[in-house]
Amino acid sequence: MSKSSSGNQSFDLEKLKELIEMMEDHGVTEVNLRNGDEQWRLRRGPAEVVQMMPQQASAAPPAMAAPAPAPAPSGGESATPTAPEGPVITAPTVGTFYSSPSPDDPAFVKTGAKVSPDTTVCLIEAMKVFNPIEAEVSGTIVEILVKDGDAVEFGQPLFRYQP
Amino acid sequence: MFERILIANRGEIALRIIRACRELGIETVAVYSEADRDAIYVQQADEAYCIGKAPSNESYLMINRIISAAEIGNVQAIHPGYGFLAENAHFAEVCRDCNIEFIGPPHQAMAQLGDKISAREIARNAKVNCVPGTKGLIESEAEAIKIANEIGYPVLIKATAGGGGKGMRVARNDISLKSGLKAAANEAEKAFNNAGVYLEKFIEKPRHVEVQILADNHGKVLHLWERDCSTQRKHQKLIEESPAPNLPQTVREDICKAAVRLIKEAGYTNAGTVEFIVDQENNYYFIEVNARIQVEHPVSEMVTGIDLIQSQIRVAAGEKLSMSQKSIKAQGSAIEVRINAEDPDNNFRGCPGKITKLRVPGGLGVRWDSHVHEGYTISPYYDSMIGKLIIHRNTREESIATLKRALREFTIEGVKTTIPLLREILRHSAFQDGKMDTTLVERTFTDSES
Repeated sequence: MSKSSSGNQSFDLEKLKELIEMMEDHGVTEVNLRNGDEQWRLRRGPAEVVQMMPQQASAAPPAMAAPAPAPAPSGGESATPTAPEGPVITAPTVGTFYSSPSPDDPAFVKTGAKVSPDTTVCLIEAMKVFNPIEAEVSGTIVEILVKDGDAVEFGQPLFRYQP
Repeated sequence: MFERILIANRGEIALRIIRACRELGIETVAVYSEADRDAIYVQQADEAYCIGKAPSNESYLMINRIISAAEIGNVQAIHPGYGFLAENAHFAEVCRDCNIEFIGPPHQAMAQLGDKISAREIARNAKVNCVPGTKGLIESEAEAIKIANEIGYPVLIKATAGGGGKGMRVARNDISLKSGLKAAANEAEKAFNNAGVYLEKFIEKPRHVEVQILADNHGKVLHLWERDCSTQRKHQKLIEESPAPNLPQTVREDICKAAVRLIKEAGYTNAGTVEFIVDQENNYYFIEVNARIQVEHPVSEMVTGIDLIQSQIRVAAGEKLSMSQKSIKAQGSAIEVRINAEDPDNNFRGCPGKITKLRVPGGLGVRWDSHVHEGYTISPYYDSMIGKLIIHRNTREESIATLKRALREFTIEGVKTTIPLLREILRHSAFQDGKMDTTLVERTFTDSES
């Protein structure tokens, strides 16, 4: 537990709770506090781990921060930090997603569309080659997770469907 | 200069390239398989794209996916690292056809030097000594027997498309030549899809000495001196060092100049390595060219002070190499050991697993090139290398002492490693006296196996 010079353990716990609540309320990720020879660093990450690193005055410089909760490496503009719930159709290759056969044509599928395994649901363009992507499942499209022209990577969820 | 580069590789070399790019102010795009999703260098790249499932042929070897990632990542160049597609001339050609520079040699030079037969012909044209052997592939058993008797037994049967020791057999007489030819051809067919084999004189107790070269696109070809890689086990290098111990200065200079001649003759540019065999009388013979940056490149970086990866990038961007050959001096002694996750008690079987504890050494002259960290899981899909420990001190004695000290400090738990074997080799008088040859490790330290 804390080796802080101000001593009292319950005081530390109260302060800690307050700090955590404040961080959660305001969406703060990292807080560094220094008061004389007492230093606290709290970091909120995906696992909600709190680290307390009380240090002596003559302590070594604070340890290197681990990489801050960064957006997962993704194929471009995708802004969804959490994986969609329910079964998804994922990209079998890398490239640019196109929802319709050509800019003038309607989309291959819209939400509510019923698909069977060999229904073409989109194109993924790679090296100037337009690859038609088949659903490979049966079901109803519930949500389209990427936009026309988005860069997509292997395994990236493209459509959420209901079997 | 490029604004953005894609690294078509993984592991420690991917990290190495990202470091060089950062130092040059170049943005990076990493590609990764599902097995490498949590690798640290993936997070350090400016962008990263998953390109497939774990097996290499479903990810790192998929040219179309890598090029796609390069296109959506908006890069101007691709660095292939080593292994995977680094010596795939078709990949180099495809990159450039797509207006993406391939950080490496022209694909024609790569293809010509990649074929051992045509490489030997280029060597002969450049007046570089080759190991006596057949001029081309062996067409018939009778031809092989005739030539073997001309060269003089023992002879070595080698696969033209080979590497890593596959498709190689020694024959000491006509009988073993006949059976060796069949076996080597089969192995080559399986491993490289090319059953072509040729013959060379077999040099007993050879030393492996290779020359690091660097050439720009403006006609300048430089060498960064030599590396001795004789400490091998089953054609896998364990320890590499520069300068080569106990090699007379005249021989060193001759070998390096020969390498430069050969590279010029081949029209080869960017970084590469010319490999030679040196016999016990210090005669040297050309073996092959490795048309890529190599695992052991840090050894040459330490003695010359030249950043090879940065140089590769600069050359590919069209810059002229500014240094003169005279200015490239080999200072001190550098030794690298490869630390692999292999079980020395189990025939060096790969030992994938989670690294539960890791503490790496430091101090003067200690360099650690690795992508692993405590908590990292070495997966079974790729090579078993944990990292490279490179020591650079003023003299070979000091380097050996520092290396021994550094290996003592090295703490790793969760996987078995080759560190115990390395420490044994370092204690052996042959290593200390600089009298290693490529057969010594197998003769001395491991049981002979089938």
